[in-house]
Amino acid sequence: MKRPSTFLFSVLSFGFAFLYIPIFVLMAYSFNKSRLATVWGGFSTRWYSALLKNDQILDAALLSLEIALVSATVATILGTLAGLSLNRMGRFRGRALLTGMIAAPLVMPEVITGLSLLLLFVSLQAVTGWPASRGANTITIAHITFSMAYVAVIVQARLANMDQSLEEAAMDLGGRPFAVTRDITLPLIAPAMASGWLLAFTLSLDDLVIASFTAGAGASTLPMVIFSKVKLGVTPEINALTTLVIAAVSVGVVIAGWIMVRQQRAASQSQ
Amino acid sequence: MNGIVHPGRGDRLWRGIVIGTPYAWLLLFFLAPFAIVLKISLADPIVAQPPFTHFFDWSADAGHRILATLDNYRFLLEDNLYIVSYLRSIQIALVSTALCLLLGFPMAYAIARTPQPWRNLLLLLVILPFWTSFLLRIYALMVMLGQHGLLNDLLLSLGLIDQPLAMLYTTGAVYLGIVYSYLPFMILPLYASLEKLDPDVHEAAADLGAKPLRVFYDITLPLAMPGIIAGSLLVFIPALGEYVIPALLGGLDTLMIGHTLYDEFFVNRDWPLACAVAVILLLILILPIVLFQRLQQETEL
Repeated sequence: MKRPSTFLFSVLSFGFAFLYIPIFVLMAYSFNKSRLATVWGGFSTRWYSALLKNDQILDAALLSLEIALVSATVATILGTLAGLSLNRMGRFRGRALLTGMIAAPLVMPEVITGLSLLLLFVSLQAVTGWPASRGANTITIAHITFSMAYVAVIVQARLANMDQSLEEAAMDLGGRPFAVTRDITLPLIAPAMASGWLLAFTLSLDDLVIASFTAGAGASTLPMVIFSKVKLGVTPEINALTTLVIAAVSVGVVIAGWIMVRQQRAASQSQ
Repeated sequence: MNGIVHPGRGDRLWRGIVIGTPYAWLLLFFLAPFAIVLKISLADPIVAQPPFTHFFDWSADAGHRILATLDNYRFLLEDNLYIVSYLRSIQIALVSTALCLLLGFPMAYAIARTPQPWRNLLLLLVILPFWTSFLLRIYALMVMLGQHGLLNDLLLSLGLIDQPLAMLYTTGAVYLGIVYSYLPFMILPLYASLEKLDPDVHEAAADLGAKPLRVFYDITLPLAMPGIIAGSLLVFIPALGEYVIPALLGGLDTLMIGHTLYDEFFVNRDWPLACAVAVILLLILILPIVLFQRLQQETEL
């Protein structure tokens, strides 16, 4: 295979510089003593200690983590069931509608998802009295709804590519569908469920628009607080927060990559 | 699935749970909300526009008093603000998609041509930004582009400009923001189709005397077409309804429809009009969305 030409190499370098320089610059500024963005006032960790003392940001981060944990878990259960419905349950009435309802949230503009869910909550409250107030509960429901679609797509792709002979053999030996799903299908799709959970968790942590629509007056998630601060301009605490987020994500990606490489090696050795 | 096990009551119950639970959830929290948006978009704005103090118990009596009217849609079509917003959104989404393709295609091509241990690393570098916060990345751009941002300081110190350029809060910054955020969505499907390209076919064409440009047009481009279409739709569709990027990077003249809808709802508190804006946005998006799903089903088969 030929080496990439100089042109391709330059485009690649430019592209990655474009993607990464703004983040690196921000990370460097997070250690800047000066409040002004581009005036270097010496190395300092003062914005990190300011961040750790900022109750508004910490409370919002805690709320966001809670919502992300609950919504990712419920979305993984519902999304896995939806994936199984589309790939292991044969034909049933309304299958096409389910397919559409799983595919649509992936491409729906956030403003529309947020607006429509808020109007649903308001109408439900008027008719049934539930939800009595909007906040973490309604944000969680909204996040489950859009992230379960991502989980369903990942699980469904795994089910479609999977050899069904084990499941069929278990059925032939008299295994009941529930037992076959529990003992054979679920262990086989567990990695897909794990990546689905991670994606749902990330999407929930990152969502601003849908949370803004569905949150009540009281609840503010981390992206909502960041947005309100950043709208006013450069905020040194947010620089520190960005650095921490990027560090956490990088560590997570490296660990995930390491586990994947190890699993691949183990799989290729056992063959 | 097969005829040996006859389904018993427990089996039917399990099947009912597997299909019924996600179905019921999506009917209630995904489909029903759209019916409500459609209903409210046809409502009389005077009934539905609540005074601020009654914001939260507005719908208690609205259910009985709603009269279907097309006034909201008529208003949208008559008021320049909304037409301009829709057209500007389409234009901004189209231009950003083209820019993404222009940068993403050679990047995806170069990655697909890189030998293996490095190729995975480059792919990881493309995916990594996707896992970090979208909002924080847009903020990083704000820091770069600001009046006293790094880019202006750099240009000033190089003597290329005398005064800081107004880069932040412009439509140009919105283009940059969309390309910056959605570039991975363009590169990944492009890479997936370019990776399958057999370099031998290129060499064969070149050996038979085809010029490099000719090889590109006749071989590379047609084979990459599914990736080009998928990547372009993956950028265009979310860019069209984008709220955060124009809100943080755009100027007062950067009207995008997601932003207009948000303001209509939260600032003007005209819910029926916001719903009508949403319905028309969905109508505009139906064609690209259906196209995208057809493409996905074709590649699955």
